[in-house]
Amino acid sequence: MRYLPLTPDDRQSMLSKIGVQSIDDLFVDVPEEARLNGPIEGLPMHAGEMAVEAHMKALAKKNHAAGDMPFFLGAGAYRHHVPASVDHIIQRGEFLTAYTPYQPEIAQGTLQTLFEFQTQVARLFGVDVANASMYDGSTACWEAITMARRITKRGKAILSSGLHPHYVSVAKTMARFTKDDLAYQAPTLDAATDGQSLLDQIDDETSCVVVQYPDILGRIGELSAIAEKAHQHKALLVAVVTEPVALGAIRSPGEMDADIVVGEGQSLGVGLQFGGPYVGLFGCKQKYVRQMPGRLCGETVDAEGKRGFVLTLSTREQHIRREKATSNICTNSGLCALAFSAHMTLLGEKGLRELAMLNHKKAVQAADRLSQVNGVKLLNDSFFNEFTLVLDKDARPVVRQLADQKILAGVSLGRLYPDETALAHGLLVAVTETSTEEELEEFATALEGALS
Amino acid sequence: MSMLSEGRPTRQEENLNMTDDASISTHTGNRALMVDEPLIFEIGSPDRSGVDLPEAPQVESRLGGLEREAPIAIPGLSEGEMMRHYTRLSRQNYAIDVGLFPLGSCTMKHNPRLNEKMARLKGFADIHPLQPVDSVQGALGVINELAVWLVKLTGMHGVAMTPKAGAHGELCGILCIRAALEARGDAREVILVPESAHGTNPATAAFAGYKVEDIPANAAGRVDLEALKARLGPDVAGVMITNPNTCGLFEPDMKAISDAVHAAGGYVYCDGANFNAIVGKVRPGDLGIDAMHINLHKTFSTPHGGGGPGSGPVVLSEALSPYGPLPFTERHADGHITLVEEETVEDRHPHTFGRMSAFHGQMGMFTRALAYILSHGADGLKQVAEDAVLNANYILRSLEHVLEAPFAKSGPCMHEALFSDKGFTNDLTTLDLAKGMIDEGYHPMTMYFPLVVHGAMLVEPTETESKAAIDQFVGAFRSVAERAKAGDETLKSAPYFAPRRRLDETQAARKPILVWTEPEEFAQAAE
Repeated sequence: MRYLPLTPDDRQSMLSKIGVQSIDDLFVDVPEEARLNGPIEGLPMHAGEMAVEAHMKALAKKNHAAGDMPFFLGAGAYRHHVPASVDHIIQRGEFLTAYTPYQPEIAQGTLQTLFEFQTQVARLFGVDVANASMYDGSTACWEAITMARRITKRGKAILSSGLHPHYVSVAKTMARFTKDDLAYQAPTLDAATDGQSLLDQIDDETSCVVVQYPDILGRIGELSAIAEKAHQHKALLVAVVTEPVALGAIRSPGEMDADIVVGEGQSLGVGLQFGGPYVGLFGCKQKYVRQMPGRLCGETVDAEGKRGFVLTLSTREQHIRREKATSNICTNSGLCALAFSAHMTLLGEKGLRELAMLNHKKAVQAADRLSQVNGVKLLNDSFFNEFTLVLDKDARPVVRQLADQKILAGVSLGRLYPDETALAHGLLVAVTETSTEEELEEFATALEGALS
Repeated sequence: MSMLSEGRPTRQEENLNMTDDASISTHTGNRALMVDEPLIFEIGSPDRSGVDLPEAPQVESRLGGLEREAPIAIPGLSEGEMMRHYTRLSRQNYAIDVGLFPLGSCTMKHNPRLNEKMARLKGFADIHPLQPVDSVQGALGVINELAVWLVKLTGMHGVAMTPKAGAHGELCGILCIRAALEARGDAREVILVPESAHGTNPATAAFAGYKVEDIPANAAGRVDLEALKARLGPDVAGVMITNPNTCGLFEPDMKAISDAVHAAGGYVYCDGANFNAIVGKVRPGDLGIDAMHINLHKTFSTPHGGGGPGSGPVVLSEALSPYGPLPFTERHADGHITLVEEETVEDRHPHTFGRMSAFHGQMGMFTRALAYILSHGADGLKQVAEDAVLNANYILRSLEHVLEAPFAKSGPCMHEALFSDKGFTNDLTTLDLAKGMIDEGYHPMTMYFPLVVHGAMLVEPTETESKAAIDQFVGAFRSVAERAKAGDETLKSAPYFAPRRRLDETQAARKPILVWTEPEEFAQAAE
């Protein structure tokens, strides 16, 4: 077995040194009746690298890879080009096979990249500080709601109808047990966001208003008025960004006075990967930093006065505070955060702005082309790289039909909101730098066919 | 996992026994391959980019009047500069690829590169989680196949694949327990957790709205069964027990514990962080466990990545399976696999407690773990547990005459060996020994955990270390331990040869600097 270095002779001499006869003597604490006497039945035995590779490749081949056909899906996971150098960096063994940097003297590589990541995220979001990452956007969103509860000591959160329905589901799952009160309604097919309705709902019992920006239907709503009204009532504004590339084109939530900004960082460096692992982004105003969940990396000096980095403020965390911790989270999404950061470092502000505008303008082009198709209306006045089409019939069978024609058309609102018949004709279409004009034309033609 | 004691001051150098060579200074402050690297904010520029993009189409933008005008101030680097920046930083990291990494409870075993290659096949890496299910049958096949392995290896009834890490898996298991109790109209409020548990256990129970109470341990480092039985009652929702436990010992009374908890109407959560010690040797399902998370990054070798991403599927008993989260896969007789999610849940899985995260879990970790499992097979996984336990006992018996091993007399350990700081003199501590090990070229063991042993040192070699590598490690460990016992002052200032000397954690926590700020801004702020 290629990963196990001990030889039979090694094992024998080690057993002698330990002073036992056989390996089973080391498992004496396992009650005899529970001990297994051989390999578990019905499972295959060990296999060589070639055999495993063949098995996995056969499974991989059964999937339609996005890069092999026209592809327009988004809804919280976006297909962006990841430069070759980014993947090379995260495969370096010193990053890939390191642990959480608990011994900072021999983990400065991980720590410095986390410090850089935190700074990049804070600047992208327009907030003072950011943490070293969370599991993903959806769990970061729930953590933001609980953080607002701790800060305001109120349990009522108002969720925008434009919040990703999976994020809403995660929050609902948790709120059922924590007894938080969540106000939420599914979106309606309007060109405008639900900003006005949110303003009307804010009161003195509100802990926070949670607004996705751009929202699930792709609409971009101004946040300053919501922040202002929330602050008048001593509530917080939590902004959720599922497409961080957008912030290369549109104003950051921090500039509009959001108190906590969370997001999904998958767009940069990470890739689609069928939904995970991704990387949750989490930033906030300086004054709330001690209520933040998750790992934080901070700057300090060593005994010779040299700058160095350590994990810090861990008195918020589970391994010190146990049941009084700000969260039970015990990890971050380290390697994905590194991928995000390395990709961002390659882009820089100039590249990020160019990438964002390329996405946006390709999306404008696509929105115009697709809305010329008979039976298709464009919902949005404003959008970044994703918009909602309203078809003249249920979008779900259309998406499946196009997939059979090897066109991955977008995400039907029916899949995201199975209980909302009013949304069934909606189709979310995302366009990134990876889509070509030919693919757009192919999609438009096929859509025309499916709707006629 | 490992413990940090925050607020520990940096010690001043005393009796520093440096060689003459070390006092030679260089112009740069660097020492050959040990090169300091500035921050990207100090070397990059917002106008520089390592990415070339095509021209954007000439169309009007529709950003709703919210164009970002203010500077973002994120610097860029050319590709060569970027590669050098991260490569230099990487060389300041210890890693499994560099050497033995005996971090107890963290299971730092070799990460096979085949797994990396498999996760990058475009059929896995380049698919969207919301593609129509007919276009992702192979991906659902991976999830399903891994699920079958996990269920069979643990002897359980079902498995929830979506939890994103171990602690997220704990949350999943506790929510299953809560949902099951609520379904029978039983509002219990207390979860019992041993003092020796990972900090995540009480934090998870509290996060799910439970009160947490301690279970005492007995002199042999195990759960005190009689004390546990005495505490059980109609207010106890369940217990969270780590087995093998955090002292590296198997809980021989596990079945009796489960029976007692069940008899009192509660459920048993097992923290499966240490499943790598028993995989293929004993099935948790045979011990009466209702829910257990499996850290794929521990038992099944997915990379730790400098602190994540993890993956924490939760195996469930028949009693708890109906309450597991969405979504999950279902294989039909014709081989077709469907995804049970909100759209299809009503008739398939009506008691689910809901969704824990967007999408389907850590797919990239599933492909890696499955490749690992297939490589080992049922026979190899049993060998993994045996070699891990053999290596740990070899270390225990090689060092028990040098360091106090609190539970060594009671019998063998499982996959990790526990020592205490008893016998250290001159105020030397476990931390000092750990820093001494850094100078010897090793990542230290887990320190100060579990909390039930003074100055705890938890050593987990894993099965992927050779006898020669372990002998060399034991030699180094013995040497540093003997220095600690002899009161060698120089240890207090170790490490001497790492990229950094001891770092001042007190300063970091007192005035947190969590992001980089331009020096000019500092100056202005001071005015």
